[in-house]
Amino acid sequence: MTDIVGHRRWSFLLSALVIAAGLVAIGISYARFGSPLRLSIDFTGGALMELAFEQRVQPGEVRQAFVARGYGDTVVQTTLDEKTVLIRSKELKEGERAEIEAELRERIGPLTELRFDQVGPTVGREVTRSATLAIAAAAIVIMAFIIFAWRKVPHALRYGVCATVATLHDVLVTMGIFAILGLLLGWEADSLFLTAMLTVTGYSVQDTIVVLDRIRENIPKRRGEPYAQVVNRSLLETVHRSLATQLNAIFILVAILFFGGATIRQFIATLLVGLITGTYSSIFTAAPLLVVWENGDIGRFFRRLLGRSHARA
Amino acid sequence: MQQRDITLLMLIVLLTAIAVWVVWPGNPGVHVQLGPIRLDRDIRVHRGLDLQGGVQVVLEADMPEGQVVDSGAMAAAKAIVENRVNSLGVTEPLVQLAGSNRIVVELPGISDPELAIDTLRETGLLEFIDAGNTFLPPGTVVRTSFTQSGEYGIETPTPFPTSTPTPLVTDTPTPTASPTISPTEVLSPTVPPEVEATPTPEVRIFHTVITGQHLQAAQIGQDEYGRPEIHFQLTDEGSAIFAQHTAANVGSYLAIALDGEVISSPRIQNAITEGSGRITGGFSIDEARSLVIQLRYGALPVPLKVIQNRTVGPTLGQDSVAKSTRAGVIGVIVVLLFMLVYYRLHGVVADFALLLYGLVTFALFKLIPVTLTLPGVAGFLFSVGTAVDANILIFERMKEELRQGRSFASAIRAGFDRAWTSIRDSNSSTLITCIILYWFGSNFGASMVKGFAVTLFLGVFVSMFTAILVTRTMIRVLYAVGGEELTDSSWLIGL
Repeated sequence: MTDIVGHRRWSFLLSALVIAAGLVAIGISYARFGSPLRLSIDFTGGALMELAFEQRVQPGEVRQAFVARGYGDTVVQTTLDEKTVLIRSKELKEGERAEIEAELRERIGPLTELRFDQVGPTVGREVTRSATLAIAAAAIVIMAFIIFAWRKVPHALRYGVCATVATLHDVLVTMGIFAILGLLLGWEADSLFLTAMLTVTGYSVQDTIVVLDRIRENIPKRRGEPYAQVVNRSLLETVHRSLATQLNAIFILVAILFFGGATIRQFIATLLVGLITGTYSSIFTAAPLLVVWENGDIGRFFRRLLGRSHARA
Repeated sequence: MQQRDITLLMLIVLLTAIAVWVVWPGNPGVHVQLGPIRLDRDIRVHRGLDLQGGVQVVLEADMPEGQVVDSGAMAAAKAIVENRVNSLGVTEPLVQLAGSNRIVVELPGISDPELAIDTLRETGLLEFIDAGNTFLPPGTVVRTSFTQSGEYGIETPTPFPTSTPTPLVTDTPTPTASPTISPTEVLSPTVPPEVEATPTPEVRIFHTVITGQHLQAAQIGQDEYGRPEIHFQLTDEGSAIFAQHTAANVGSYLAIALDGEVISSPRIQNAITEGSGRITGGFSIDEARSLVIQLRYGALPVPLKVIQNRTVGPTLGQDSVAKSTRAGVIGVIVVLLFMLVYYRLHGVVADFALLLYGLVTFALFKLIPVTLTLPGVAGFLFSVGTAVDANILIFERMKEELRQGRSFASAIRAGFDRAWTSIRDSNSSTLITCIILYWFGSNFGASMVKGFAVTLFLGVFVSMFTAILVTRTMIRVLYAVGGEELTDSSWLIGL
């Protein structure tokens, strides 16, 4: 039978490469924005306005109206066609929104306000704090849940930890890819991004649990078989189901991505990435990690590393 | 086929019928009266702000540094805001307390968000203040005895240097139109021509005669030129004070201030004893309406400031609905086809279970009701994709059991039993994250996050139910009916 577990070095390598690329992007983001990802006003505070004109507009023209009022940091971009602009600035004072829109109407032409978001800075900071809390809480609660549900299996702690590591892996991969897209396409992380991340967390664990459940079932059934073999067998038994489920979810998400509204496109794309890495990590990260733990691979790996450097010295 | 299966099948058919009825567009709702019990429910889709357009604001108590707001005051403020919101005439508004010092207000479909927010947020403290011989132009900011020390009513006249005109006023009323107060006539502040609003050199505290709490009622009316004005009636206490003051101060100015800013400055012509009057002040009809709303329900006990504001225009909302529905339909069709091709006969069962799942979940959205936002719709569609998961787990397990040579009856039983632990534990983790998301969303008025959490939670929950109950029953019935022919055709059952 195919030996997924035996080739675990390759899966770890692949994961390491992807995460490394993501970390580089996160590092660049830190240097440029002071945060691991490009953040939207939900986290930083400020104002976001989307205006649709009836003719093509120059972003510079629109920006003038803001700069003239002292908002030098304003960013104006055209979206979709050349007639719609997305404006991001610091929080506007009372009445200025109406003033600015009136001025733009006069200078450029009739416009419709598609949407307007304004978030105070304190709220932004709080949202950031709660977001981190939420992710941490999710990770802890889920780990506790798995340890509890697997309590009858020897070394229940390992299952919880390995599942959590697999989930962290997914979080890192998704964040990394989002950071890359943030640098390349200007994507910003907002509350919906957080929602996608938490959903990815939940889904990744869901998928991992199916694999762990099978291992839990096979262990008493296959006494005498080496652990690695039991795990491998469990993986092969569940792989059909993993792929079939993932395909179905992908169908739906891809349909929404292509045919759905533009406002949730980033959200759906994040979910899609998370979905794929979620399934990947259940098969190629969580299960092999269990084997690694059981066999004491990590200790051996470091000892060999040190041994080699010793030998050279 | 056992008796139980037949009963369950009947229940499933009934459930399907009910779900279809609920989901059918244009459902008239339930309006029945059985004796003392009365049920009056509309059954329709509740759309969130991002789908129908509107505005959401988060108001926070504006306390000075370090002061904590009293929970009683917040509750009172919320009640007043709610009353004001209801008067705005918005369908399905939402006013909720968030945390200990915030109020979230959602106004779907509103056309003038700025004015609405101002109506809600402004404290709305109305005061009639004794301005003596000083004409206060509208817009003047004044300090009053009520806001400083809570004093109002009749005061023993303190000696004011009324002979020397204060720098504020040029006291020359035009002969034709002087602002007057009289019981029948209008409190009309036609502004005397030479008025300069120069800042007061000394900080003068004006005495408050009556405040908004002495207002019994207020309505919009029209003056003789058709301009909007406000009619008011005073309470008994208010009428008494008003009568006494106007009698003693004929010829003085009685300025009317809202939230510390003068809106009108008429002169007392004679004593007003009926306790009613009218205020004109160059209001637009919207401003008049806004003012009446604020007067009607009282002043806010604690000042509020806007910390978050989200406005979605209606066009964006409609666009999103159309696109998402189309995307959803396409996605679901692909899933149905896939299940059919991959699992064949079992796939038919799964497809039916999936459609029923979709109907039941959507019916629940309409009944509970759950407000649908765009991410909520995405959550619902996503859960359709994962609802399939439970069915797949069952089928894969059944295939294994059959390959090992078990009989159909025991394969079905084993398949479901073994799969159930998997389904239960794996879906629990998603349910946990939904709860966390819900908590996060409620604290920040992030209704989009909340909407997603609720729809996903409901979706996962219902999917567990339909997978076990519906799928199992249908498969048992199928095998009981099909029997021998099915066991021979391994292609049909997807082996």
